[in-house]
Amino acid sequence: MILPALFFYLFAGICVASAVMVIVSRNPVHSVLYLILAFVNASGLFILMGAEFLGMMLIVVYVGAVAVLFLFVIMMLDVDFVELREGFMQYLPIGLVIGGIFVFELLLVVGGWAINPSVTKNITAAIPANISNTEALGLVLYTKYIHYFQLAGMVLLVAMIGAIVLTLRHKVNVKRQDINVQNARTPELAMSVRKVAAGQGLQDADAAEWVK
Amino acid sequence: MTIGLGHYLSVGAILFTLGILGIFLNRKNIIVILMSIELILLSVNINLVAFSTFLGDIVGQVFALLVLTVAAAEAAIGLAVLVVYFRNRGSIAVEDVNLMKG
Repeated sequence: MILPALFFYLFAGICVASAVMVIVSRNPVHSVLYLILAFVNASGLFILMGAEFLGMMLIVVYVGAVAVLFLFVIMMLDVDFVELREGFMQYLPIGLVIGGIFVFELLLVVGGWAINPSVTKNITAAIPANISNTEALGLVLYTKYIHYFQLAGMVLLVAMIGAIVLTLRHKVNVKRQDINVQNARTPELAMSVRKVAAGQGLQDADAAEWVK
Repeated sequence: MTIGLGHYLSVGAILFTLGILGIFLNRKNIIVILMSIELILLSVNINLVAFSTFLGDIVGQVFALLVLTVAAAEAAIGLAVLVVYFRNRGSIAVEDVNLMKG
């Protein structure tokens, strides 16, 4: 019985500590790495609670995709991060006061609340006993909540298209292959026969027309 | 020394507060603000999964999955906007974001 408690405090402690480091560390790359640590430990908490599928999902989606995206963007942008930290100390007191009040109130709620016993009658989809978490999730996700599932897919599709549209840019100076233009090219368009005067050669003034 | 629902909710509350605090403290650095939003969404997910497992209702986990989706989409769009903004302005300072001010 002591082991789950031990692991809970381990995961929760590292998770909270790395969340603190995310917001106070000077280098945003370190922030992202601490964010990864926080997510891995939160995933441990999920597994401890018995939600293995979501725990694995957290690692796949956050550590594998979102955090790496953050890292890419930070390393791609050439930003002076020192100048962005101005005002950190200025906002620290008010932030700590508001944060303290906030966490106090939230913990007050957590400490003083009780579950209505009749809530067990209102359970929408009870977790079945002898099947795995992934199977239980799949049994409702693809049947009862299929529309939400497809809506989530639509959200991802829109996000993907939006991100591509936002960041794609056509460079004007880049020459691209245009097959129609290439096929429409005839010898008349491509070549012209010139008389070259002896000892003078082609003049530069003719060159532009000639190239065309 | 059993770990109950309250323990997980406390972790969620602390993470949520840290996310809020991160937005307060890093007012200029929009990348850290985005990371703080991710922390807030993570705390929401912890709450949903905690209630789901302790009440024995799987719907909370379905909901957490949807929150995860929205968080990923939000991060992708936010970073894309950030990249476009950096290309136009050469900086990501939040207080310079007044292009649309008349």
